[in-house]
Amino acid sequence: MRKIVLPGDLISTNPKVAGYGTYVEGDKVYAKIIGIFEQADNSIRVIPLKGKYSPSVGDTIIGIVREVASNGWNVDINSPYQAFLPLGENPETKPGKKLNDVLDIGDAIIAKVLSIDPRMRVTISMKDKICRAIRFGRIVAINPARVPRVIGKKGSMIKLIKSELEVQIVVGQNGLIWLNGDRRKVAIAEEVVYLIEEGAHTEGLTDRVGEFIRRRKDVQT
Amino acid sequence: MSRPDKFIVDGKRLDGRLPDQLRPIKIEVDVLKRADGSCYIEMGKNKVVAAVYGPREAFPRHIQDPSKVVVRYRYNMAPFSVEERKRPGPDRRSVEISKVSKEAFETIIMKELFPRSVVDIFVEVLQADAGSRTACINAASVALVDAGIPVKGMLTSVAVAKVDGTLVLDPMKEEDNFGDADMPFAFLIRGGKIESIALLQMDGRMTKAEIKDAIALAKKGAMEIYNLQREAIMKQFVEEEE
Repeated sequence: MRKIVLPGDLISTNPKVAGYGTYVEGDKVYAKIIGIFEQADNSIRVIPLKGKYSPSVGDTIIGIVREVASNGWNVDINSPYQAFLPLGENPETKPGKKLNDVLDIGDAIIAKVLSIDPRMRVTISMKDKICRAIRFGRIVAINPARVPRVIGKKGSMIKLIKSELEVQIVVGQNGLIWLNGDRRKVAIAEEVVYLIEEGAHTEGLTDRVGEFIRRRKDVQT
Repeated sequence: MSRPDKFIVDGKRLDGRLPDQLRPIKIEVDVLKRADGSCYIEMGKNKVVAAVYGPREAFPRHIQDPSKVVVRYRYNMAPFSVEERKRPGPDRRSVEISKVSKEAFETIIMKELFPRSVVDIFVEVLQADAGSRTACINAASVALVDAGIPVKGMLTSVAVAKVDGTLVLDPMKEEDNFGDADMPFAFLIRGGKIESIALLQMDGRMTKAEIKDAIALAKKGAMEIYNLQREAIMKQFVEEEE
């Protein structure tokens, strides 16, 4: 079984190895969040089991437009901070076109985190080929801490879902996941995502998911 | 309720406990679906629910701090939590408890990680029986970990009282109301050891020697509670595994 650590647990006495989810005080490394303890060659880290999404530059995220300003949009990105999408960072804007017609309140978008300033003001951009406004498909929300498991090691879990179910899937680092494709297959994919979320701390998850998908497909056909 | 003639008879307290024995404790984690983290605790006859939200955007905006997270702590007693109906709403006592508990939690939360946001901690006393603030801190600490908020360690809280010249751990109502002194503690526990005291209050009188003994007694009780807190948090992951 993988080891679960709680905040304040002493996990190392070598400050050089301290990685994500840890903090150093004196010469000791402690966990600062609840999570799974993971040891690599020369680093240790705690993979969170719970918690909010904290944006970092380069993340792909799914957001919902909350406000249309004169120079861009305020976007809810499922984190403690709202993000701002400037006019120039949305390739769909054209001179003479009203901002409300490009993106309106309630619209969902796939975007990337462009920059974060020290006061945690987040700027996002849609100048990337996977970025777009979402007009169809389904958005599933999960706990952001479980996103890495939905992606899997080097994207293995996503590949599995894509190949087995032939659905389009974009995983936002902030816990929102966009699914598109055949309606019945999307329904299975949604169940799969919840299954992964629930069993995120267990081992052999990829195999179980594969089996689950095949079983559900048999029922439908 | 009237003052008992003797608090300790044949080395045992009114409810049959030894002086250094805790009341039975039951802890449940993740009891509220809406909250980011939650906990229900029973310490003897105390029944407390804690809910933690956040970090989330701070409103109204003027309470935001551009360099660190703001912690809000609300201790509240239900009108039916005591024998005589308690007038609902904050009063002098609950505002004070909220303030000191908040300050205890501010020392363990890693505030610089989430500037401009707020962490809300709500504790609701459903049934009170002396030492409700300690039960609340224990519950809030578990809920905070359950919410995945970065903290330095866990807070564990317990009180020590003096009755008939003897120090007793985790006093119940009679000992609290008619005892000579009462001293609630909260400890920061890190790496399986008690690191520091995060909260300390006292009413009544104690000698210097008694205070030393009280700290030792409270530390012993706190470690027992800490193990129960840990167990409760771990339990939710073990069960899912099966």
